[in-house]
Amino acid sequence: MTEPMLDVRNLTVAYPSHQGYTEALRRVSFRLGRGKLGIVGESGSGKSTAGRAIMRLLPPKARITADRMQFGEIDLLTASEKRMRSIRGGQIAMILQDPRYALNPLKTVLSQIIEACRIHKVGTRAEARDRAMAMLEDVHIRDPRRVAGLYPHELSGGMGQRVMIAMMLVPSPRLVIADEPTSALDVTVRGQILDILDERVEAQGAGLIFISHDLPLVGAYCDDVLVMYGGQIMERLAARDLGAAQHPYTVALNDSLPPLDRRVAVLQVPEYDSAWLQEDQP
Amino acid sequence: MSAPELEIEGLSVSFGQGTQRIQAVQEASFVVERGASYGIIGESGSGKSTILRAVAGLNEDYSGSVRIDGQEAPRPRDKRFYKRVQMVFQDPYGSLHPRRMIRATLLEPLRIFGFDNADRRIRQVLEDVGLATHFAYRYPHQLSGGQRQRVAIARALLLEPEILLLDEPTSALDVSVQAGVLNLLDALRRDRCLTYVLVSHDLRVVAHMCSRVAVMTQGRIVEELSADALREQRSHDDYTRQLIAASRGRTPLDAVNGEGAARSDPRKDAVHAK
Repeated sequence: MTEPMLDVRNLTVAYPSHQGYTEALRRVSFRLGRGKLGIVGESGSGKSTAGRAIMRLLPPKARITADRMQFGEIDLLTASEKRMRSIRGGQIAMILQDPRYALNPLKTVLSQIIEACRIHKVGTRAEARDRAMAMLEDVHIRDPRRVAGLYPHELSGGMGQRVMIAMMLVPSPRLVIADEPTSALDVTVRGQILDILDERVEAQGAGLIFISHDLPLVGAYCDDVLVMYGGQIMERLAARDLGAAQHPYTVALNDSLPPLDRRVAVLQVPEYDSAWLQEDQP
Repeated sequence: MSAPELEIEGLSVSFGQGTQRIQAVQEASFVVERGASYGIIGESGSGKSTILRAVAGLNEDYSGSVRIDGQEAPRPRDKRFYKRVQMVFQDPYGSLHPRRMIRATLLEPLRIFGFDNADRRIRQVLEDVGLATHFAYRYPHQLSGGQRQRVAIARALLLEPEILLLDEPTSALDVSVQAGVLNLLDALRRDRCLTYVLVSHDLRVVAHMCSRVAVMTQGRIVEELSADALREQRSHDDYTRQLIAASRGRTPLDAVNGEGAARSDPRKDAVHAK
């Protein structure tokens, strides 16, 4: 692999609290090439904060520090807000959990996708329209003409997520951050959506960060996995090795899942060890 | 052998009228033995929660029969019914009164049903669900999701019911927290000989918790099978097989590790079959 697309070193995010600052993310470092990187953890582990910090989408009171946050030739730490606006959506796209909330309820599918094209200067209105229709076809929507005229409330969850993928990928971003993209969907739809996301990301040669609480899903879908707990990275490992993970936290998460292939009397409830969290020494 | 504890026969529920009419549940029938745990699994919109709400009497507009110990449940449900049947809801963030201390939330059913020794009962039930007694003096926003769901279970248990209706009791929780709540529910059922009807979209949860499972889609129960059959994928119904495949499709942790070939096949089919 050549130069990584994204290089994050010692990313720390802190929020003001009664006792000075509380760290939501502590010294998180990772690099991403062209592959699919999964970030797993429980709620509050900092996985979404990590995704949002890369896009600088955290609230203004958050204090973001890092030794390095390089995205290609762009330094995300020092880029101006104006520059960030063109990066967000244009070069780094984010797919959110629930299309019912993430899409504009007052605009049709087509006009939202065209808007995404226009903001990121994909061409004239007519070209944007063609691109949008082609994109709807690319996300395997059977009848793009019909769906293009619908409003978000007329879409099913799976269809809404396809529209969102189409909208986010139409400006050809180099990096896609998918934050729990299938958690609001049924299991039988989940596979299709991940397939489509996979296919599109591959076709455009983009990198993917896949944030999820679902360990087996991430294991099957990604190349590499970061396991997070308490705002820190517990371990990074190849997805195929997830089942043989070494870190006690990853093992505990694995074991707490009711198995599908055998009956167990009592489920393992993870016990947390404060020693996993490093204090001030890195 | 006495009559089965809970018997549902030909239960149908519809919403709306005329062309807008939606048949949410069609002729659902099942039987739950005393002390058993019965699961209903299906995707969103399959009608699984609608069945539970009809049984609980939250929606009285159903046809068919709901019998407890062979006796038809009255409409509207009376106090005697709720003494025996209680429900635990999905979202512990929405099911507890935000402006009430836990103690007040727990006190209410005891008052309505005229129980004595309220404070002793509250202490006991909190202990039973694994919470320290000082939780009685907290507000819901001071509790984590898992703690709240334990309070919701405690509230249901206070009346010493025989049947618990569980509507996705752990789907708002992390897997690590889910493990604790499922263990608790399992232990309570065994210790108190409770009967459960558990609704979930999660095959793992249902297979772990229940002995018999109904599979629902589009308002119908398409198959009823044992948890063992579910685990061993002995199903005769296409939809059930599809559901099992989707649930297992991306679980290399359970299957052989590193089998990349098996990884994408089922989902690839799903897209291109369209």
